[in-house]
Amino acid sequence: MQSKIFSFCCFCLFCTVGYSQITVSGKITTQDGIPLPGSHVHIGKRIVSSDAAGNYSVKRLAAGNTKVFISYIGFRSIDTTVNLVVDQVLNFTLKIKTDQLQEVVIRQKANKLNKSLLEQNIKMPTIEKFSNQTLGDILKEVAGVSSLKTGSTVVKPVINGLFGSRVPIINNNVRLEDQQWGTEHAPNFDINAAGKITVIKGASGLQYGGDAVGGLVVIEPISVKKDTLFGKTILNMVSNGRGSSISTSLHKGNDKGWSWNALGTYKYMGDKEAPDYVLSNSGNREANFSGDIKFTGKKYDVSGYYSFYNTTIGILSASHTGNVNDLYNSITNKIPSVVNDFTYDINNPKQKVQHHLAKLNYNYYFDETASLAVQYSFQFNKRLEFDVRRGDFNNRAALDLELSTHAVNVDYKKTLHDWSLKSGFNGSFQNNFANPATGIRPLIPNFDRIEFGTYGIVNYDISDSFSVDAGLRYDFSQVEATKFYFKSRWDERGYNSEFADFIVGEQGNQWLAKPSFTFHNISASTGFHKEFGQDLHWYTNVSLATRNPNPSEFFSDGLHHSTGVIELGDLALDKEQAVKLSTTLQKKWTSFSVEVNPFINSIRNFMFLRPVGFETTIRGAFPVWEYQQTNARLAGVDVQTHWKINNQWQHDFALAYVNGRDLTNKEFLIDIPPLNLSNKIQFAKTEWSDLKLEFKSEMVLRQNRFPDNNFITSIVANNELTPVLVDISTPPPAYQLLHFYSEISFKTFGKSSTTIAFSIQNILNTTYRDYLNRQRFFADEMGRNLQLQLKFNY
Amino acid sequence: MKNSKILALVLVSVLTFSSCSDDDPIAVNEEELITTVTTTLTSAGSPTVTMTSRDLDGDGPNLPVVTISGNLSISTTYTGAVTFLNESVTPTEDITKEVKEEGYEHQLFFQAPPAIGVFTYTDLDKNGKPIGLAFTLRTGSAATTGDIVVVLRHKPLKDAAGVAAGSITNAAGSTDASVTYRGVVLR
Repeated sequence: MQSKIFSFCCFCLFCTVGYSQITVSGKITTQDGIPLPGSHVHIGKRIVSSDAAGNYSVKRLAAGNTKVFISYIGFRSIDTTVNLVVDQVLNFTLKIKTDQLQEVVIRQKANKLNKSLLEQNIKMPTIEKFSNQTLGDILKEVAGVSSLKTGSTVVKPVINGLFGSRVPIINNNVRLEDQQWGTEHAPNFDINAAGKITVIKGASGLQYGGDAVGGLVVIEPISVKKDTLFGKTILNMVSNGRGSSISTSLHKGNDKGWSWNALGTYKYMGDKEAPDYVLSNSGNREANFSGDIKFTGKKYDVSGYYSFYNTTIGILSASHTGNVNDLYNSITNKIPSVVNDFTYDINNPKQKVQHHLAKLNYNYYFDETASLAVQYSFQFNKRLEFDVRRGDFNNRAALDLELSTHAVNVDYKKTLHDWSLKSGFNGSFQNNFANPATGIRPLIPNFDRIEFGTYGIVNYDISDSFSVDAGLRYDFSQVEATKFYFKSRWDERGYNSEFADFIVGEQGNQWLAKPSFTFHNISASTGFHKEFGQDLHWYTNVSLATRNPNPSEFFSDGLHHSTGVIELGDLALDKEQAVKLSTTLQKKWTSFSVEVNPFINSIRNFMFLRPVGFETTIRGAFPVWEYQQTNARLAGVDVQTHWKINNQWQHDFALAYVNGRDLTNKEFLIDIPPLNLSNKIQFAKTEWSDLKLEFKSEMVLRQNRFPDNNFITSIVANNELTPVLVDISTPPPAYQLLHFYSEISFKTFGKSSTTIAFSIQNILNTTYRDYLNRQRFFADEMGRNLQLQLKFNY
Repeated sequence: MKNSKILALVLVSVLTFSSCSDDDPIAVNEEELITTVTTTLTSAGSPTVTMTSRDLDGDGPNLPVVTISGNLSISTTYTGAVTFLNESVTPTEDITKEVKEEGYEHQLFFQAPPAIGVFTYTDLDKNGKPIGLAFTLRTGSAATTGDIVVVLRHKPLKDAAGVAAGSITNAAGSTDASVTYRGVVLR
């Protein structure tokens, strides 16, 4: 209700513009004059249902020839065109189908509710191209999305300069809960399981949560509506890493009755290579399975889904060096401290991650305009991190976390004339268990989290070319952790005055604390989409997002072995609130289209990891990175163009720029992606076995806007302690990469086809480092990579 | 109706799941931690000098506490030994033995200004390479003051140039301990 009022206010704000508005009403009956309630009435772009008396009314239609479509189960549909001039009454009489009383399955159109924000989609052909890469890699195809990496395999998406908890990933309508709080935890998702990936560069996807300060990545699985059975196998072989991957899937589609999908993926990669040396211990393995089974009835469908993601990722040996002394040497020498011969073996340090996701889903379709979805999901994530340790400890994980999440979602959708409404609620319970058997104090403690949320989103079509939307969401969240703090750390953090109540016990030089926090959050989104003639679209959206500190921001405490950095959370952190204004102008000509999307994101209490100096331990001095809060402003622009030069040639251009300011400290924000430009030229000729040739240039400029977090420490040089400046701030220079892609497809037997693709990444074997790679202090990025891909559709 | 039923279901499930994890966690037993590095220098003609660096809160914010029992004598050959203890657990764990047993995977490095003296390894691992738990220090011939840095490297490249002679430059590996005895006086 609240949201309706809210949307109404917004609607008043944007005010209606005068249009020729015609109302069509009438009654739908059988030949015997019996009213047919719930008939499907589709006039122009409007869809309504007839009421209990069979009456309907469609308002504000444009004059002119308009399509009319009336249907009811078991009756012959009426499909006609009416010339509308003035308001009129149209009564329809439906005839019973005399032939076969065929069942008609009611399905609602996937109604996009956030029409005010232009979503970016990645479709199947692109997903297949990236079959042996990661979710983070493929998302870079969208302008404004870059990646935050740890080495070459751990890749997280960055949307308009923001990442991590600010970019929730929704896989098959389930929010991925996989401890991806830290920067070196990649999303646990097999790219081959995606049918379509949507990037929403804002917080307007309120049905998924109110904390998407950066944006949302929504992944939909492959779903086949036709009655068919088909399979697909993709085989990849790559030169860099000397590995291969295979992914096989089978899909049984159906418009009603049973349908199912099954997918298996296996990847095996050895050490990657930079142009000048082997990136030792950068191999990885991955074995994944996912499958679902669905029964579609007349007015409902019910489905079960299960996926298992299992990976082992080697962490660059050279990045595990230890203290500031080693870090300084690494930055100064510019070569990795450990370079061994190529091997497929993965030694410590490494990550072993398993992710299970199981869900049950029930959809009920009241009629073509209304549906209810109920979903229960369970996720279990197990993360083991192994470190270089002495003796038998080497086989024991240094970090052992188990995260279990139960979630229930209920969503209701209704389309009514010019209105569409989506509303629902969700509840979740999460438990994290940090196994103490590791013998190392865990970075993330044990905790329980309970969350409830409810939302409403309304879209109103003022006219065929102008629509507004608005949404409101409320979230409740409670987190309770149990954690041992060194008394010295407790004092150093200044917790004594504010959080003394949290202490419940004492053991030697440690306090046992039970910090507990409760949050009530409001988030909202509103905007409009205006279509001018000649394919000119204007989208504008304002969203308010509220994000609570995540467990790593609250509780991190100690040495992060995989980065050699002491990370410190802060119990005093408050929730972060962002207001993002985003507007997009899209213009299409016959052969050329352009999209310009400027945005500004104002974030209060922006949480970020700031290098603050170093602390000396028995192992030497370690850099200290601390979670801090500030008021930040990110402003930028994403530009995309597409030019269809002729039937064979196409050109694509993308540019992304973002400027991040720390308003409180009057300096630039750390880890903001630099300006990047990409140009792609494609030649395609259907007659030549669907030949496609692509040449792509990727240019990343140097980030000149960065904060100075350098610090001075003493290291041993020529047997004497000497103070040196550790330059952890200066971004690496600009770089340009060239890539090539080619493919041909041909029919083999009957319906089956084969595609052969050959590609080269980093053709010139360019040596470079990337500002947003946490391992940029230790080694260069990957060099040239040749890839052969075989794809069989059968 | 429908919604309230589901809500009830959610509540029940949440309560069931949340009521099963109330046990207090066990404090992590940091068996591997090195808290104390002691370097003992003995010589027949001079008093024994013991240098200790102790950091009981591990990765915590407190600085290691360094104590040096006395001054070194000039132009003297000291017999040196280094021990590693974990004093955060009871009873105290002696890690020296472990380092010795896996001597082929460990090496100590001594760094000090030449005026303080020259360090020479006197122990060997199973491959005939030095470990550094035992050494001699021949002190300089003039009075001076300087810092002595003792580093324990895990999995160093023992075959790399200069490493067997005590140079850390090409040693690589990861640092298990790195302590600085500041202001050692030579008289």
